[in-house]
Amino acid sequence: MLQIPLWNRLFIIAVVLAGLAFAMPNLFYERVEQYNDAVAEVEDTGVTSEAAAEALSGWPSFLPSTLVNLGLDLRGGAHLLAEVEVEDVYEARMDALWPEVRDTLRDLRDTVGTIRRQDAPLGELHVRVSQPEGLAEAVAAVRGLGQPVASLTGVGASTLDVRGEGDLLIVTLSEAEREATDDRTMQQSVEIVRRRVDEAGTREPTIQRQGSDRILIQVPGIGSAQELKDLIGTTARLTFHPVVGRTDDADADVESRQILLPSMDEEGVFYILEQTPVVTGDDLVDSQPSFEQQSGLPVVTFRFNSTGARAFGEYTSANVGAPFAIVLDEEVISAPVIRQAITGGSGQISGNFTVESSTELAVLLRAGALPAEMTFLEERTIGPELGADSIAAGEMAALVAFAAVLVFMILSYGLFGVFASIALVLNVGLIFGVLSLIGATLTLPGIAGIVLTIGMAVDANVLVFERIREELKTARGPARAIELGYERALSAIIDANLTTFIIAVILFALGSGPVRGFSVTLGIGILTSVFTAIYVTRLLIVTWFDRARPKKIEV
Amino acid sequence: MRLKLVPQDTNFDFFKHAKLTFGASVVAMVLSIGIWLTMGLNFGIDFLGGTTIRTESAQSIDVGEYRAVLEPLGLGDVTITEVFDPTFAADQNVAMVRIQAQEGAESVTPETILAVEEALRGLDPAMTFPSVESVGPKVSGELIQTALLAVCAALAALLVYIWLRFEWQFSVGAIAALVHDIVLTIGLFSLLQIRFDLATIAALLTIIGYSINDTVVIFDRLRENLIKYKQRALRDVMNLSANETLSRTLMTSGTTLIALIALLVLGGDVIRGFVFAIFWGVIVGTYSSIYVAKNVVLMIGVKRDWSKPSSGGGTQFANIDA
Repeated sequence: MLQIPLWNRLFIIAVVLAGLAFAMPNLFYERVEQYNDAVAEVEDTGVTSEAAAEALSGWPSFLPSTLVNLGLDLRGGAHLLAEVEVEDVYEARMDALWPEVRDTLRDLRDTVGTIRRQDAPLGELHVRVSQPEGLAEAVAAVRGLGQPVASLTGVGASTLDVRGEGDLLIVTLSEAEREATDDRTMQQSVEIVRRRVDEAGTREPTIQRQGSDRILIQVPGIGSAQELKDLIGTTARLTFHPVVGRTDDADADVESRQILLPSMDEEGVFYILEQTPVVTGDDLVDSQPSFEQQSGLPVVTFRFNSTGARAFGEYTSANVGAPFAIVLDEEVISAPVIRQAITGGSGQISGNFTVESSTELAVLLRAGALPAEMTFLEERTIGPELGADSIAAGEMAALVAFAAVLVFMILSYGLFGVFASIALVLNVGLIFGVLSLIGATLTLPGIAGIVLTIGMAVDANVLVFERIREELKTARGPARAIELGYERALSAIIDANLTTFIIAVILFALGSGPVRGFSVTLGIGILTSVFTAIYVTRLLIVTWFDRARPKKIEV
Repeated sequence: MRLKLVPQDTNFDFFKHAKLTFGASVVAMVLSIGIWLTMGLNFGIDFLGGTTIRTESAQSIDVGEYRAVLEPLGLGDVTITEVFDPTFAADQNVAMVRIQAQEGAESVTPETILAVEEALRGLDPAMTFPSVESVGPKVSGELIQTALLAVCAALAALLVYIWLRFEWQFSVGAIAALVHDIVLTIGLFSLLQIRFDLATIAALLTIIGYSINDTVVIFDRLRENLIKYKQRALRDVMNLSANETLSRTLMTSGTTLIALIALLVLGGDVIRGFVFAIFWGVIVGTYSSIYVAKNVVLMIGVKRDWSKPSSGGGTQFANIDA
């Protein structure tokens, strides 16, 4: 009657053991954290320092070493929500476009007469022409400056919208190009912020794009939101330098007005460069991954504004065949050889690129400086002491809640209460196991979620036990009562837990930060508690029943 | 020797005082809404925008002293609340300073925060600020929207779920019980002027989750009994179902409340509002499952002939796990 197939038993036991194995590192949080840091350090640097070796010996490598991440409210740190003023970029694009438009219209001087740039609303370029009758031709010519939009949604559209109004020529970015531009602006901003934050070497920062124009930045362990803002606010500096030489010697002597900079990708390679850059990233307008037309190899294209174009053109014509270095924050990104003079202000960088690395370099090139200003909509600083207090309080509350619920269950259901208690202990273990496994973040409301789950997790057991009690009254023997109890309580268990699970999903979808942390533990808690109630306690009860064969049971 | 919250076989008539209990619920809801409208809610910075600074000092500082040093800064509405907690050490004096969103400022002004911190250090040079949080008015507006959306989405999702699994009458009853719980919780928060922020919304959703859980278990039994006892009056079957599940209802509420009391006392002041909301919600949620949801279903009445397939949609998914 009360049979659970062997494979089923093994499966249940395996799941429980796996869950506990993944939960275990959290008991030795500091030690495992140091171990993980040491592993990362050794991977990064290739050198095993003494401290790292000690940390490595602190935790056996064959054991799982994933930990539950602690949220900002538990670890302390800073949280920023930044809004990127994406419209800033339209303005810059229009400014960069003006010389091109001017040159184009000058060629048409006979039809349009003299031209003059007018003050215009943000993101628009207004040009007044002295001969309005030639405006149509001017519009057509300027339209020719537009390029196909490089985005999935805007295929076929031009980057520019050009129209004439009276004697005014009005140029704006097209809708599709605005979208594409916004997207690029956001990518760049996120990339720059990430680089800035990574540079500070803090642990596990979260940098996420939120919605169309926001960036969420969470950095544990940083002193204050202000510190974080200062860090992000620093502008990345991109420069192009003539290359004097290349060396493996980190202490190589250089002449005055020369600098020695390390290569970003190649280990132990240094470049000797002229100190004065040919062009700086301030003059870079755009950079995109692309493919070389003849060979089809991935390349990176870039475009300067007029000042940059002139300087770059002059330098490249004079130095064909010589390498020049692209330097970002005192590191050489790459040092390609100039194949031909680049006079148009745009050119391409070829090298040993893959599609990924060309995309990355394009992003890096664009990522030189923040493309648009950021305003901070939300900022939170949580001190590490407050986090530690919260953890201590949460732990204490959880332990007391745990003990009280166990006592209550055992008093109410006797031996069956003991089974439920064992399942509850395993349940909490499983919650931590799953949290570690999926790399979830534990927040203070998350701890509350676990404590709440401790209270609610017994519910499924209670449903079954109460049902068994009822079935015992009809007196068809204890085995049958247990079987029916599980069978008939199932529908209520499923309904009750699915409804709560729906809530957890909604909380996850719409919540952010701590609230989301709560939804994660609540949701996982529901899953594990149903599992432990339906499978684990049942396994315990059936195993006990097989051994003891009681004539009568009391629930 | 067992702890029994209820005797073995109960036979309470839960509808005996139906007019009284239902009336009490209605009155409580009306009162809650009245309090809400007249006293308003003590919205936190999540919803209003502004800045809160948590201060910690070894010496005890009077609220008046705080006010005196902050007054000259001209920051508009400043609220100072002293925080007490059993987990604090004896020389741990904590206060929360809340400053309204500054006029015309789209985002947060660090200068203001610095000025406030400077002024407060005048009271005690060793004062620390374990947390400083600012929310701009732009975000807070969106947060309100999202919060409302979350609550409505939750209600709608459950309405549909229960409609699919049971009957539409059950749906209406369950949602009535949920609205009852939400309104009473908001009323209490308004009455006691407890800070109402994003965490409170999460708590409201948890209450919805808990209350529906409770209601569904009774409904589940009701569905079963309605099939079993086709001839008995709906009212009797409801009473029977409630009695049969009463022990479970109280056991689960009991264990959950035990866990929540532990959190309430020992969990620290940061989440106390959140835990308190859930604590209260579990109590009203249990009450509403027994006294509100069923009453509403009884008032609407329910189709009794479960043998034929339903024509109006509804119960076709009722047996997915049978």
